[in-house]
Amino acid sequence: MSSLGELRTLAQGRGRGRTAKPKITGRENLTGYLFLSPWIVGMLVFTIGPMLASLYLSFTKYKLLKPPEWIGAKNYADMLHDPVLAHSLKVTFTYVFVGVPLQLAVALGLALLLDRGLRGMTFYRSVFYLPSLLGGSVAIAILWRQVFGKNGIVNGALSLVGIHDAPGWIGHPDYALGTLIALHVWTFGSPLIIFLAGLRQIPEMYYEAAEMDGAGKGRRFVSITVPLLTPIIFFNLVLQIIFAFQSFTQAYIVSGGTGGPSDSTMFYTLYLYRKAFVDLQMGYASAMAWLLLLIIGAFTGLMFWLSKFWVFYDD
Amino acid sequence: MTATTLSRPPATSPTSDERIRRARRRRVVTTTLKHAGLIALALLMIYPLVWLVVSSFKPNEDIFRDLSIFTTNLTTANYPHAWNAQQYPFSHYLMNSLIISGAAIVGNLVSCSLAAYAFARLRFRGRNLMFAAMLMSIMLPFHVVLVPQFLIFKELGWLNTFLPLIVPKFLATDAFFVFLMVQFIRALPKEIFEAARIDGAGHPRMYARITLPLMVPALATSAIFTFIWTWSDFFGPLIYLRKPSVFTAAIALKGFLDSQESSNYGAMFAMSIVSLIPLFVIFMVGQRYLVKGFATTGIK
Repeated sequence: MSSLGELRTLAQGRGRGRTAKPKITGRENLTGYLFLSPWIVGMLVFTIGPMLASLYLSFTKYKLLKPPEWIGAKNYADMLHDPVLAHSLKVTFTYVFVGVPLQLAVALGLALLLDRGLRGMTFYRSVFYLPSLLGGSVAIAILWRQVFGKNGIVNGALSLVGIHDAPGWIGHPDYALGTLIALHVWTFGSPLIIFLAGLRQIPEMYYEAAEMDGAGKGRRFVSITVPLLTPIIFFNLVLQIIFAFQSFTQAYIVSGGTGGPSDSTMFYTLYLYRKAFVDLQMGYASAMAWLLLLIIGAFTGLMFWLSKFWVFYDD
Repeated sequence: MTATTLSRPPATSPTSDERIRRARRRRVVTTTLKHAGLIALALLMIYPLVWLVVSSFKPNEDIFRDLSIFTTNLTTANYPHAWNAQQYPFSHYLMNSLIISGAAIVGNLVSCSLAAYAFARLRFRGRNLMFAAMLMSIMLPFHVVLVPQFLIFKELGWLNTFLPLIVPKFLATDAFFVFLMVQFIRALPKEIFEAARIDGAGHPRMYARITLPLMVPALATSAIFTFIWTWSDFFGPLIYLRKPSVFTAAIALKGFLDSQESSNYGAMFAMSIVSLIPLFVIFMVGQRYLVKGFATTGIK
């Protein structure tokens, strides 16, 4: 079961701990906490503590040299009137809501094509997966600059088919974001593998039974494959959206750290990084981080709510 | 209708033979088309990588003049040139990356397996709540803790050391792996633990002598993913490592990009390749673990 599935179970109070509840001895308590002590310390020092501190800092003006100065909700108010921030949100939303569905559609389509009895499956899986594995690295971002550059492979291929005046995609404000979306779609191998694993878990006997009842290929796909795959689609969708909101390296490298040309690749996280570590506006950056958390939380919540209408759980 | 069919049973069998043959032929055609499409897509996807490799062996003036991957004019000169183009030889940055990745692996394996054992095998007060917190921390955007974490490490005087990138790993902050290991331990047969308990083994012994040896596949998956993530990590080193002596390969590569802009592509590609080789090797060696790791947690 996926981490999302676990959370759902816990939220519905059907966790393993609830079903059987024998008396917990003091000794077992202590052993549990001892085993967990690294995690507990990590959680307090690197997650919960910093979250509280970041919430506090988001209401301050803090430029590192002087102690933080309480300014109330000013950072949040300023964010409302920050054109770069508004633009960075637009860029990020475009990236997430175009890139993720495209990537998942390719992954799902190929998973269905690769499933069951196609020879050379391991080979294809490896080849399609390799870009996902390398995709987050600086080297690939550098490669991408050249692939979509004025004299890059893409324009080389276009000139083969007679298009000679193609722009330098990376350097053009209208297309730069598109190249990053292309890079995202290129890494469809990771959701592909999750889809393949999900397909393999559908019991063969469902198909056999349906076939005996006279269900054709199309019917079996619509009535068995799709519904039983919806939890996996949901899982991929939620995780990929959460991760895509946080993309950074590619935009940083492709734009040379500026978010250019004309802020067209100014991802929200890139702007946040610049506010914190270039402009040293730690308070403002903290407020931005909380807005990001709220946005991701809202979308995750919305997706969980919507999942009631289309995700089918076989339990 | 029924009568005619019944009256000529021998006539139907050659036609049905014919039908089977036709269906088989159709299946061969569709499979061939499928493979052709898949291979074309695979080539398209791999082409940029192959181009990168070939270009790293091309003289600079050829790289953009001739975009094809078929060329005879190859040279290895980019490699030694790039190796020594920065303040330290590239091996220095590779070594930094290796030290950080190695320590991160040890940290993750030890701390995450301890936490996972507790969540999977022990009952204690607040377990469900902590487990939920652990699951949610997987999804928490790290930007929310970014600034305070930076301040903590700055106060500790750990900037420009590897500690900010290593110490959190020893405190099970990569919750993905805790979850992956929990799943694995839960799937182990309960009888083994019951037998050990009857033999008088306590939890520390059951963790070290039974669980750890049995969970080697889960540990391997976690180690491989930790390596890949840490090796490619850009953000952490970017904010914590500002001195060339502590740069990782990823940051050195970015330095290359800043300094050599538009002049020395061959060298930059050569070092890109060098920085990708460890990932590629791990990919070849650890494929089946990678696939398994994905299936359970959806980690990248």
